[in-house]
Amino acid sequence: MEHINIKIGGQAGYGVMVTGKMIAKACMRQGWSVFCYTEYPSLIRGGHNTYQVYANKEKAYSQRGDIQVLIALDEETIKENGKEVIDGGIIIYDSSSVNLKDKRGDVEYIDVPMIEMSKEVHGTDLMKDTAALGAVLALYQIHFVTIEDIIKDAFKIKDEEIIKQNIEVARKGYEYITQKTKTKFLNIKLNKIEGIERILITGNEAIGLGALASGCKFYVAYPMTPATAILHFMAANARDYDLVVKQAEDEISVINMAIGASFTGVRSMCATSGGGFALMNETIGFAAISETPLVIVEAQRTGPATGLPTWSGQGELLYAIHASHGEFLRVVIAPGDAEESYEATIHAFNLADKYQLPVILLTDKYNAESPCSVEPFSTKNVKIDRGQMISQKELDKIKDFKRYQLTPSGISPRSIPGQKNGVYQANSDEHDEYGYSTEEVDMRNKMMEKRYGKLAALKKDMPEPKIYGNEKAKKTILCWGSTKLTALEALKDLDDVRVVHMQYMNPFPVEFIKKNIDPKTTIIIEGNQTAQLQQLIRQQTGMLIEKTLLKYDGRPFYPEEIIKALK
Amino acid sequence: MSDLNVKQYETCNSPTWCPGCGNNPILIAVRKALVNLGIEPHEVAFTFDIGCNSNGANFLNGYICHALHGRSLPPAEAIRLANHNLKAIISFAGDGGGFGIGIGHFIHACRRNIDILYLTHDNQIYGLTTGQTSPTSSKGVKTKSTPFGNPEEPVNPPALALSSSATWVARGFAGEINHLTSLIEKGIKHPGFAHLDVFQPCVTFNKLNTFDWFRKRVYKLEETDYKPNDKKKAWSKAWELDEKLPLGVLYEEKKETYKDQLPQLANEALVEKKLGSVDLTKAMEEYK
Repeated sequence: MEHINIKIGGQAGYGVMVTGKMIAKACMRQGWSVFCYTEYPSLIRGGHNTYQVYANKEKAYSQRGDIQVLIALDEETIKENGKEVIDGGIIIYDSSSVNLKDKRGDVEYIDVPMIEMSKEVHGTDLMKDTAALGAVLALYQIHFVTIEDIIKDAFKIKDEEIIKQNIEVARKGYEYITQKTKTKFLNIKLNKIEGIERILITGNEAIGLGALASGCKFYVAYPMTPATAILHFMAANARDYDLVVKQAEDEISVINMAIGASFTGVRSMCATSGGGFALMNETIGFAAISETPLVIVEAQRTGPATGLPTWSGQGELLYAIHASHGEFLRVVIAPGDAEESYEATIHAFNLADKYQLPVILLTDKYNAESPCSVEPFSTKNVKIDRGQMISQKELDKIKDFKRYQLTPSGISPRSIPGQKNGVYQANSDEHDEYGYSTEEVDMRNKMMEKRYGKLAALKKDMPEPKIYGNEKAKKTILCWGSTKLTALEALKDLDDVRVVHMQYMNPFPVEFIKKNIDPKTTIIIEGNQTAQLQQLIRQQTGMLIEKTLLKYDGRPFYPEEIIKALK
Repeated sequence: MSDLNVKQYETCNSPTWCPGCGNNPILIAVRKALVNLGIEPHEVAFTFDIGCNSNGANFLNGYICHALHGRSLPPAEAIRLANHNLKAIISFAGDGGGFGIGIGHFIHACRRNIDILYLTHDNQIYGLTTGQTSPTSSKGVKTKSTPFGNPEEPVNPPALALSSSATWVARGFAGEINHLTSLIEKGIKHPGFAHLDVFQPCVTFNKLNTFDWFRKRVYKLEETDYKPNDKKKAWSKAWELDEKLPLGVLYEEKKETYKDQLPQLANEALVEKKLGSVDLTKAMEEYK
């Protein structure tokens, strides 16, 4: 399949992320499907940052290893990423700042005087990355007007002069390739595919949009990579979308505030990563025992402890399912991509309200921070289900309101502060039907059974895992969460293989797995050391799937690795 | 409204505190203050944590969020942001939960100036866990966890509130129920974060700070020419800890509240906002 695969690398502060995004937008606006993958260390200046843009006329699911053009803004990029360039590929560099050692014979090196171009226009080297933008897109024979538009949009908050200068620098880079370089490259043309409108979005932003669509009116968080961008998104949109966004003093306060707002009747959400989720632990059970709806986003990074703070992993599946002391029902959803992140967020709010319990959206850095092109999200089919919220009219008829009334479904009507006749106690102690503390045996058992009794109906609201590819294929890749991305990209090059992707992790789809998975022909692929999905399946079904492909180095899977494992 | 009385703030449960416990008069004062202000139980939200004081959640009628140990403040702050039309929000804590595990929440709540009353039951001991040293225990005091004397200096709650920019700081005493009632009323009426620390003798585990011990020391600021409008003077009052213990409002300041700074909350409360039919076009604009 014809595709484009570009990587730009340099120190933090060199504009790698901004330029990468502009390359991605150029591909997207030409109608190509785009997936971007970024790597950066936990630093503000220096370090090694990369932004990879993979574009395909068909769906681009994940990044791929076969880099066609590498833009090296520093020597580190040549050292770290030079080997990723394919035979016959190109490395763009600037000999005034990058000394080439050990040149590869099978790669074309193009020396673009990016720093000089920037200095001529701007007086400093600050715009060298914009020269790279012009150069790389010239290689793919894109019209300059497309680049111009992207620069105007990217810098629209800056003044006219900055935009003009950036366009001029980009033009210099562009013309250097088209007029001064005799490259025999690249027979791939980034031609325009008409009629397709997409947006470039990360999983984090998709969750934010899902929250807005759901009527989330209270968002509270403490900054933590890789969930921080949700806070930025919600804060930026707070006034336009009429919600309150609060940064709290720690994640303990965060989750307690989210519960407080939800208790008051407001849809509320909080987000964090593993470390912050650990601080929230004690309080998840409070949401459960007080039957207060709650949506928590847990964006995994690589632990334990501080681990690899800006890298990805899937090491917290069992943790999310078991977090907090005591036994209680919770939902765990692990969306696999941006579209699923949007849909799952909307569903999470509805499930939390309907079943009055905590819902955990388990994502990871790979999904949370990888920009990809999707069709703009629509709210046309968004249904808001607040569950059993009792009206004032109904309360007026009740003399003796029992918030935790024992019902066959386990769900009881919920009142909110301000409603007459509806007062009750949302109690962290075990309680009776009014919410008053009790340690009496019969009521304790009834309340435990009431809360867990919601499972029967809840199971029916949990969508089944999805099967991709030929349903009857001989081999099965079984994965969960964001590993879907790479698995589907790999599937393009695999015969007689199907992908089974699990998104709804808890309650666990026991029957589906028993019916659809043959342990002898299945390989589990997940981003952790101890094969947590394998453990979970064995625990839930007794089935042992012996074959696994595991990774716990913070890097996502590459399609090439999966293809190799299947052959 | 006219037949509102303290009975409406009672529940089917009778208090289980020790006879003579300072929690009893505090509960009575809270009920009286709310009735005096004409607030009905469904118009108020209370938050509690865990400790002797928080068993009060079962003896007080109203919407109650009975959270975990030390966590009564964050839900109270969020309840106020979620519904600014509620007539009162009172968050209760003890000196253990409030100034031990939850002290971080306290400092940040002070500087946010969200409109709630934070009432701390300060008995200078952990009661429910049967008598260990607390963050406000005096230095040198012998408890089950400090049998050779407490080696730490106590936290000074009003001084901490003042230094954290609280806009209303007061001290009450469980042995002065009418005075305490009027302080609770003032704290509820104060627009912003109000902290009321209440000396609450533990008759079972604190043999030092007894009702008699306090009665010999406390005096009412209202009976002096003290004016609670000067932070430096309030600071000095907060450090009167030895022979004389001041009761009353130490400091009061009118300042914009957290809500006042949010145009989203200028009119209807968050909980009243209509959901559904959201147009995401604007939020997606920059991703095109």
